[in-house]
Amino acid sequence: MSEPVLSVRGLKVYYATPDGDVLATDDISFDLERGETLGLVGESGSGKTTATSGILRMVSSPGRIAGGRVTLDGEDMIALSDEEFRKRRWSKLALIPQGAMNSLNPTMKISAQIADVVRTHTGAAPDRARVLELFQMVGLPERIYEMYPHELSGGMKQRVCIAMAVALNPTVIIADEATSALDVVVQRVVAQTLAKVRDALGVSMIMIGHDMGLMAQMVDRIAVMYAGKIVEIAPVADMFARPGHPYSKILIESVPSLTERRPMKITEGITHDPRNPPEGCIFQLRCPHVNDGCTKPQPMRELRPGQTVACHRAEELEGAHV
Amino acid sequence: MSDALLDLRDVRKVYGDPDTGLVALNDLSLTIRKDEPEIVTIAGESGSGKSTLANLVLGFTRPTSGQIMFDGTDVGNASAKQMKAYHRQVQAVFQDPFGSYNPFYRVGHVFDMVIRNFKLSSNKTEARQMMEEALNAVGLTGDDVLRKYPHQLSGGQRQRIMMARAYMVKPRLIVADEPVSMVDASLRASILDVMMRLRDEGGISFLYVTHDLSTAYQVGDRILLFYQGTLVEHGKATDVISNPQHPYVQLLIDSVPKPDPTQRWQGEIILPAEEELRTAHSTGCRFVPRCPHAQPACSAALPPAYEVGPRGHRAACILHAPPPQA
Repeated sequence: MSEPVLSVRGLKVYYATPDGDVLATDDISFDLERGETLGLVGESGSGKTTATSGILRMVSSPGRIAGGRVTLDGEDMIALSDEEFRKRRWSKLALIPQGAMNSLNPTMKISAQIADVVRTHTGAAPDRARVLELFQMVGLPERIYEMYPHELSGGMKQRVCIAMAVALNPTVIIADEATSALDVVVQRVVAQTLAKVRDALGVSMIMIGHDMGLMAQMVDRIAVMYAGKIVEIAPVADMFARPGHPYSKILIESVPSLTERRPMKITEGITHDPRNPPEGCIFQLRCPHVNDGCTKPQPMRELRPGQTVACHRAEELEGAHV
Repeated sequence: MSDALLDLRDVRKVYGDPDTGLVALNDLSLTIRKDEPEIVTIAGESGSGKSTLANLVLGFTRPTSGQIMFDGTDVGNASAKQMKAYHRQVQAVFQDPFGSYNPFYRVGHVFDMVIRNFKLSSNKTEARQMMEEALNAVGLTGDDVLRKYPHQLSGGQRQRIMMARAYMVKPRLIVADEPVSMVDASLRASILDVMMRLRDEGGISFLYVTHDLSTAYQVGDRILLFYQGTLVEHGKATDVISNPQHPYVQLLIDSVPKPDPTQRWQGEIILPAEEELRTAHSTGCRFVPRCPHAQPACSAALPPAYEVGPRGHRAACILHAPPPQA
């Protein structure tokens, strides 16, 4: 296999509080292969967004990057000076932020906002033809060139954000819940746009989300996060056919079916205090299969080629229902 | 008529001028019976009129024309006193389980407020007992949650407590406006389960407003699907979702992402420009600009709801018009 385009090793992002650090992203490692789409899933508060703000070095006080290495195209991102890193943002590593459609400046025309991104990073504003080319790439009509954000629908604004993200031909795009809060049909259109742009530019992508259905439609591999840790990484087909971690199973089984009416799986329980994670497995307080072995450290280990999991009972529980 | 709990007759809501304004809800008739508690799902995309319907039933806004009758009371023309009595019968649970609480008060406060407001009890022990009973109905206990602050609970627990608060009033109908859309997928089941239990054990009917068809399929008895203020298809939730007949509903159901990487979306969808979609003043079917089967007759008049399957399955699309009698 060739060198991964992005490699994350032992990344830790902590938030300081008066009662100790919140371990929002705690020692996560993964690779993003060239041209690949990796899904990063988990519930609210699992550290997905914090992980990407670590990768993009956008962590602000009281948060800090407490350790780890991020390598993009062979270059250590954490060691770069702020100014050097700033030049990599957008041009090598672009973000479509969560709620991107609300991140547009309401007082600036759409075309001016796209031009602004390009000018800030290259020193020269793009010409009209380039902006229209970007519009076309994401399926936006020419007439919005002179429009303001409030004149567009949510789906169109989301596509403007995709156009911005690809404006500088980045190597990696991170899409943080790029299609949440949209109606299903519009969500499908935006997802379709994202996939088209990805394939046309050969860009690698990290898709953050909580919807396992959408992940099944869009990604090549999935990394599941729980309470700041990655608990499983697997190719999408293996993840759905043979999930190795009990939490992955719960995530998959909690997607309500449209073809079979069945009793719903109720999983309650509250996540531990993120300042004070339990010894051993991170999921033990909510896991239906917890036993004595779970208080021992659970490193990521290979279950089968390409599938790694942080659960000592993975083989034994294979096929078992949660 | 006496067997109807909620009876909407040709209810219309127009925002702005009645003749030229935006028709948010177009002449809807709907009955929920007293003797058969049920979960009625109101579904559709943003702007389809589903929240307008919820607000009308809750009495937050009044219909432009038509009538909303609840057990003989005309909700659209009720006095303030009648409205208060009405809200003992009809309770609401809203979308945001974070915004529904005052973060400075303990959870018990939401129950105290309801007891005081509706004068449910003046006796502390009795009040505590009512809270306990309501919390037990949603699978919680008073000792677990009443002394806690909202931030100490999960979104799922908060939303179940909101269900308990509504249940304590012993209403006959709960309007639940997107109650699970802000709760993590793994915790949604617990809230939907509470709705089914309150229906079966408490005899409470629900108007379940959602854009999520998969939860409607799992818990809904009947479903009504709206597009731009008009009812396009309705019937038993399982019938409609497994065998949709209106082209819009077919597109909608096909667009729900299937949690199966071997069944990915086929074909590309093109959305027409926004302004072509605004059909507020159209006389015909609202879905014409996006419909692959559109024909001239579709724009002439709003199609009636034709019977398309068993158990009251109807779709408002001329593709289903019965052939003319020979």
